[in-house]
This record gives sequence, C-alpha cells and structure tokens, in this order.
Amino acid sequence: MTDILQIDGVSKAFTQPLDLAAKTANLLGAKNREVRVEAVDHVNLSIRKGEVLGVVGESGCGKSTLGRMVAGIHSPSGGDIIWKGKTYSQMNGSEKKAYILAVQMIFQDPYSSLNPRKKVIQAISEAPIAHGLVQSSERDEFTVKTLERVGLDPSLRNRYPHQFSGGQRQRIGIARALAVNPEFLVCDESIAALDVSIQAQIINLFLDLREELDLTYMFISHDLSVVRHISDRVAIMYLGRVVELASAKDIFADANHPYSQALLAEAPQITEGHRTFHPIKGEVPSAINPPSGCHFHPRCPHTTARCKTDKPELKEIAPGRYSACHLNAA
Amino acid sequence: MTSPILSIRDLETHFFTRGGVVKAVNKVSLDINEGKILGLVGESGSGKSITGFSIMQLIDEPGRIVGGSIKLKGEELVSLSERQMRDVRGKRISMIFQDPMMTLNPVLKIGAQMTEAITAHEKVSKRDAWQRARDGLAEVGIPSPEERLEAYPHQLSGGMRQRVAIAIAFLNRPEFIIADEPTTALDVTIQGQILAQAQKLCSQYKTAMIWITHDLSVVSGLADEIAVMYAGRIVEQGPSALVLNQPRHPYTAGLIKSVPGKHMVGHRLYQIPGMTPSLLTLGDECAFQARCPHKKDQCKTGPAMTEDGARLYRCHNPITGLNISEELGA
Repeated sequence: MTDILQIDGVSKAFTQPLDLAAKTANLLGAKNREVRVEAVDHVNLSIRKGEVLGVVGESGCGKSTLGRMVAGIHSPSGGDIIWKGKTYSQMNGSEKKAYILAVQMIFQDPYSSLNPRKKVIQAISEAPIAHGLVQSSERDEFTVKTLERVGLDPSLRNRYPHQFSGGQRQRIGIARALAVNPEFLVCDESIAALDVSIQAQIINLFLDLREELDLTYMFISHDLSVVRHISDRVAIMYLGRVVELASAKDIFADANHPYSQALLAEAPQITEGHRTFHPIKGEVPSAINPPSGCHFHPRCPHTTARCKTDKPELKEIAPGRYSACHLNAA
Repeated sequence: MTSPILSIRDLETHFFTRGGVVKAVNKVSLDINEGKILGLVGESGSGKSITGFSIMQLIDEPGRIVGGSIKLKGEELVSLSERQMRDVRGKRISMIFQDPMMTLNPVLKIGAQMTEAITAHEKVSKRDAWQRARDGLAEVGIPSPEERLEAYPHQLSGGMRQRVAIAIAFLNRPEFIIADEPTTALDVTIQGQILAQAQKLCSQYKTAMIWITHDLSVVSGLADEIAVMYAGRIVEQGPSALVLNQPRHPYTAGLIKSVPGKHMVGHRLYQIPGMTPSLLTLGDECAFQARCPHKKDQCKTGPAMTEDGARLYRCHNPITGLNISEELGA
C-alpha cells in the first residue's frame, strides 16, 4: 500500500501574546514572558491509502490539534504535511484547493457543528455548489442522494438541525463531509457524544462508507474499545508526542510503552466482571511546562535516570512497530 | 436478609408539559443494601437521572413525584417537608454530579465549601471542620490536601475537582450516595482512579450507592447489581454477572451486543434498529416493542415484572439460553 498522507515532523505551538499590562510591566523591568504551549511536538506519521489509523490519548495530548492540522484548519508551526507525494507548503493554489476538498473533518459535537439557521439541504449542498462540483439546478437531487447514503430519510431535507436527534445530526455532519467527494476523513471524537446504541449505528456507517467509497480515516478518540474495533493501526499520543505506533492487533495484545500499557489496563471491558481497580498514579502534567526528557517519566513505574534527561525517539522495535521508550534500548 | 438502606416502591415522576404528560419515571422499584453499589444503566431520556433527582426530591416544575414511596432505612422521604428534606440532603443522602462545577461554587475556596457542608449539619468548631475536610481530601487521594483547601475550583484539573466533589459527598458519612455519571467527562486513567476511590470508600464506610451511567463497561467492573432502564421503566434487574452474561430482556441483550468488544474487531456491530420512543406518545404497550426482534402479539399490553431467581425482567418473550460470552466468542 502507498502512503496517501504523510505527517513529517509536524509541530504546533500556541502562544498567548502579552497583554498591555504585562508589556508595560516589562518596560519597568518585570520579566513577563509569553505563554507557549507545544500542543504537537515533532510528530511523524504516515497513513496508507484505505486504512483506518486510530489516534488515542487523553485530553490535552494534542490529538485533536494534529487532526485539525491534517484537515487544514490549523497550519503547522513546524514540519510539513505531504499529500500524495506533494508537500503542502509547496503546492500551488489549485493543488491546495484539491487537498482541502479531499480531506474532510467530522466533529465531536453534532449540536455545535451545524449552523442552526441553515436547513439540511443548505448545509449539505452549499460547499459542492460553491466549488462547482454540483450545478445548483441539481441541488435537490444531489441532497437526496447524499442523505440516502448516510441512512437519513431524504424527505427531511428541508428541516432545521434542531428538529433532529443527536444521532441524526451526526449523520448530517457526515453527509456534509461526504458532499465534496473526499478521499480522507478526519473523525475527531465523532461518536463520543452519542448513546451506546446510536454509537453502534454510526460505527457501522463508517465501516460501510469505507468500503463503498474507498475512504481513508484518521480516527481520533479516547474510547479504546471503539478504536480497537475499527482501526488497522493505532498511534498513542502523550503530551504532544507519539509514544507508540503499531497495528491495532499488536498494541492491544502486547503494548510496549509503559503509558500504552497503563492506558489499556484502565479501559473498562464489559466481559471482565467485578474487579478491583488498580489505577495509574498522578495526572497528565500541564503542557505549558512539560516534564523534561520523557514526558511520561513522573508517572512511569519503570523510570531510570536517563528518562529524566533524554527525550526518547520513536524507534522501530519490531517490523511495523514503533515505540518511544528508553527501556527498549537497555 | 438485612433490610435495605434505600427502598423505592412504584416511584412515579411525571412532567406536566404543554404537549402532555411525560412519564419520565414509571413505577420504578429498587432496593439497595448496605455497602452495595447498584448500577443504573440507560440511554439518554430513559429516566435514570430523574430517578436520582427524585430520591433527592430535586424535581423542579413542571415535574412532580406523583406516586410511590422512597424509604431511607424505613423512613418515608416523599412526604417530608422541604425543611425536613434539607436535613437529609448532604447529611444522610448525598449526590455526585457529572459536572463537578455543579457541586462547587467557583467563587469560594475549596476549604470554605467543605467546612460549610459539615457545619450546615453539625455543631462543630471551625478547626474540627477544617481538619475533617483535610482528612476527606486525603482520603480521595488528593496530594497536599492542606494547600488544596486554600485553592479555588478553577485552579484544579477536572479529575481533581471530581475528587473534591466525591470528598464532599462522603464528608458527613451518608448512608446513601447517588452518583450521576461522575466519570463520563473524565479521561480513562482518571476514570480508573475515581472508580477505585469510590469502590474503596463504599466498602470502608458501608455506604450504599447508586451509580448512574450509560456505559455498561464501567458498571460491569464496579456494581454488585445492575438495573437497566428504558423509557422510564426498569426492564431488567439483577446481579451484574447474571444480567451481563445471560440477559433476558432483548433491550439489555442489544445494548451489550452493541458495545465493541475484542472478539468482533472490524466486523459490523449489532445495532438496535430505530430510536427511543417519545415518552409523550407512549401508551400501555411495551415501550421496546417497535424495536424488538422478539416481538409477539402480546406485546401490545405492557408486560409485568417477572421474577426469575435472583433477577427481575419485564418481557413477554424473554431470551432464554443465550450466553453472551459464548456469543461473543470468549
């Protein structure tokens, strides 16, 4: 399989500029500095055509920021994104437009991601008409076809978003993304806000669409059982870095990185029955002031002196398996 | 058998809306014994949270408890006046909410809020209350509790705030605690910590607890008993292992099968067809019959609760002989 998208050393730093008071204080000799957060820190990933890459991590690990950079919503502050062999920063105007249309995003909250004042037909047909993919005379026919594809009754196309349930709205969001014939979908926690039985429906829809339309997914989620279910490969992130990358089978059978192991041990499983919980200690540290060396070392049960000073690189530990941990070198 | 701490009989909470009467809680009966955790499971709109609020008598207009009884150690709560109920809330029964900021006041220090919860119910000196607050924080695993008492809620992380909320709930050593989805908004590793803490405190202080959630996998590890709610009614109830491994009600079976597990990776998930019915239009029929694969003619009249060994279910045509773990290939 060929790589459809490569994320090449991508970083994103957010800075909060100093306000007037802080600047004035600096003139008088204070030492206020801009707050800088490395949300994503030199991430390398490649996604193959037709695969589902699951991206897992806790809040604040940078998984959503990474997804937004891939979908072209944020621009990276370092590194580059390579789409079908072309580097984004070197694309010309029409290539950029083609890339932006080919990569679509589906958001978490089906309540805030739809404009409440636009009818479903407008939400779905606006973008393809603006980009000349569909003639405005075909708008009605096109909307009917798109709604049928995501399993919604097309006779509802003249309604407003508030007239739908959460699961139906998420389908509208998916239909809107599909309307511009994308090849790549970034799903950012797209099923987290839904009830269990509705979740199953949407997961099935994703699986069906993947086959029908030959889509590639970057599936961002904190729900490990869902990621395990639909992903081919899984990347686990912690404080802006990828700590482990491997096939879903390998990671769930035998995780290498201590953080992955801890994360997987915490995931509740329905089949396990009554149990005593043995949680990992501590909380995710602040990304404003992350720990030195390996970001995970303050919580890691296997910390050595080296972990406190050296940043571990993501290294291949077995064919197709990558992990960023000093223990593998020892 | 010991008498239950909390005993609910035929509880009915209705909402009188302009569109008609919504029977949010419809003849719900539950018993919870000392030191036991009951998992109350259901999807949005099933009435699980309203059951929790009814116990606390926190139902606002246009809602009202119209029938049934709630007995705390034999003492009727429904007929208590608002004045008498204030002595029960926070002292004998306390509640943990999904969003800890519903419990915490953003403009008061943690210490002030915790000591207030103590002095509202008991005559103790400020210093004693402060010490008890400090011990309470230490109990839920908060590092340097002395300093945290001086902090404001916004200075704590989400997981830390939820721990404070739990500490407050346990402060007066209540006989009964209602936990309404307290881990839904938290990360997996923090969720693990909170579950461990709740489990430990409940067995330590012999507190009875209702854990309300939509996530079957959370309660499967935590609860001694599970009650499944659908459209205002309990449809199945019994010891966790029994309900999860050999569900009788088709809705319970559907819920369990629609959770992604390790044995069906990549395949389509089971999906319950259709959507939850509107509680406004619901008549006498079994609320699940429109979505039920086991439907019979009898289902036009609502089934009564059937007793079957240690469990109860409400179905005319229950599933028999199904073993979920076999079906899932475990």
